[in-house]
Amino acid sequence: MGKATRAALGETLIELTDSGLDIMAVDADLAGSTTTAKFGAVYPQRLVEVGIAEQNMIDVAAGLSLAGKIVFTGSFAVFGTGRAYDQIRNTVCYSELNVKLAPTHAGVTVGPDGGSHQMLEDIALMRVLPRMRVLVPADYQSAKAALRLAAQTPGPFYVRLGRVEAPEIYDADERFELGCAKVLRPGADVTLVACGVEVDAALEAADQLAIQGVSAEVIDAFSLKPLDRATILESASKTGAVVTCEEHNIIGGLGSAVAEALSEEHPCRLVRVGVKDRFGQSGDPDELLRYFELDPPTIMKAALSICVQSMS
Amino acid sequence: MSETAGLPVFDASAVRARAARIRVAILKMLTAAGSGHPGGSLSASEILATLFFAPVLEFQTAELDWPQRDRFILSKGHAAPVLYATLAELGIIPAEELATLRQLGSRLQGHPDARRLPGVEVSTGSLGQGLSISAGLALGLRLNFELGAKVRLPRVFTVLGDGELQEGQVWEAAQFAAKYQLDNLIAIVDRNMLQIDGGTEEVMALGDVAAKFASFGWNALDVDGHDVEALYAALTRQPTPDKPRVIVAHTHKGEGVSFMRDQVGWHGKAPTEEECAQACAEICSCADWKDE
Repeated sequence: MGKATRAALGETLIELTDSGLDIMAVDADLAGSTTTAKFGAVYPQRLVEVGIAEQNMIDVAAGLSLAGKIVFTGSFAVFGTGRAYDQIRNTVCYSELNVKLAPTHAGVTVGPDGGSHQMLEDIALMRVLPRMRVLVPADYQSAKAALRLAAQTPGPFYVRLGRVEAPEIYDADERFELGCAKVLRPGADVTLVACGVEVDAALEAADQLAIQGVSAEVIDAFSLKPLDRATILESASKTGAVVTCEEHNIIGGLGSAVAEALSEEHPCRLVRVGVKDRFGQSGDPDELLRYFELDPPTIMKAALSICVQSMS
Repeated sequence: MSETAGLPVFDASAVRARAARIRVAILKMLTAAGSGHPGGSLSASEILATLFFAPVLEFQTAELDWPQRDRFILSKGHAAPVLYATLAELGIIPAEELATLRQLGSRLQGHPDARRLPGVEVSTGSLGQGLSISAGLALGLRLNFELGAKVRLPRVFTVLGDGELQEGQVWEAAQFAAKYQLDNLIAIVDRNMLQIDGGTEEVMALGDVAAKFASFGWNALDVDGHDVEALYAALTRQPTPDKPRVIVAHTHKGEGVSFMRDQVGWHGKAPTEEECAQACAEICSCADWKDE
């Protein structure tokens, strides 16, 4: 098991500041959990603590960006996006400021804290905002890459980070670009498009499918907005069957983004694996991934259901 | 009058004349637009005239992005006309452009849009956010000053509405500015006592605004917000070390126009041509009026 994607936050901010960028972080009483405290331990002046006040957190970040800083915000995904939505919309995006939202603890893998803390609508909320870019890294290395991309590209970003340890998928030298998906495994019969923790689940499902003679192509749609339509459409024209996999509501997230692309440019069979318009609940992260049907067997079943249909 | 060395000599009558010209411009642009917010624009006319023409702010019209400039943020973004009139008086935008207010494609959006209009530091319009933005900016500028060449520490001035103080975020920002000891932050509250649904004390009572800020650790002053000499004195008073300052400017909504003054109905309604002519005649007949 590799490190959690959230572990990338504090460490990457230190590296970026070491490299000469004028980075700051603003957190709302969760600096220990988000790991911005690590950054603050090295650069105390560059970590701003606002207390439990997420709306102020976003607009203080906006103000710091007006002074020329590249500013990352923390808190948990549920508060760092939803609680401060108007501040993100009307200040960060409307003025197109250099603010990078990088809250942690997205999705059901938050675990025991339950539904109030398991953010499943953040991708939808951030994706519909003009001028906002959305990155959903799958592991620690890609989280570091996402944070670097956000820092180096002017304007608003949302980087979705998780609480739990995530399996290693990428090496440290893997290069990521905005708007470019990663084809992790080539295949011919079905396309599995995933993001976040579901990338590893899709890879495992592809292994199981291979045993059954089904060749699955696995794509990491790490750059959710801008979405790499070309790579997804190219795969869909080859396989004719697509399964999207996300730790998010099936409404508004990756499944919707892929559905929009496919229905406009290459209609084909599509199944969206994700949380089916529900809130989360307390439990162990792995148990919850099974309970909400985000696990590899569910992805495999979804793939088989449309492979069979497209073959018949 | 001036306690700060290096500033030009303060000419109260010249500032009052600017306020009167700003009022006429507000009324004319709102009449042309057919919608918008006269009441809270007129109440803030002396505040902006004093900030920009006394002047209190240090800035350069020829170099709007001069890094050491003092910043101004209109937190009560619906009072955009008072800002646009000020920018026109400064020559930053042409006076003729004021007639494009609220039209498709205009740089003069219903609420200030920083991406379209030079001289606007940040877009505003959603109330309750300007103090947080100003506080973050004041902190960032202080860090730049401390880590940099220490040329000049810029100050941040922001104008809030009184009704706006009902937004909880304002008090998140008030705590923050006190904690970070932002003595380069100056908030001015346009205390005109009215909001859309009625009097502030009926809709949601604000009480003693200065006392509230003082209890949050601010240096708080009450002034007559239509008295440019009092405003100038409060705005140029030496900062209290380590404390942000709030100036509660007691004003009248619709000030300068007899039939708008203290009338809640003029919060968000444009005058007709006849009303505009009458209002402008009143302003032009006052002792402060001077043609350019």
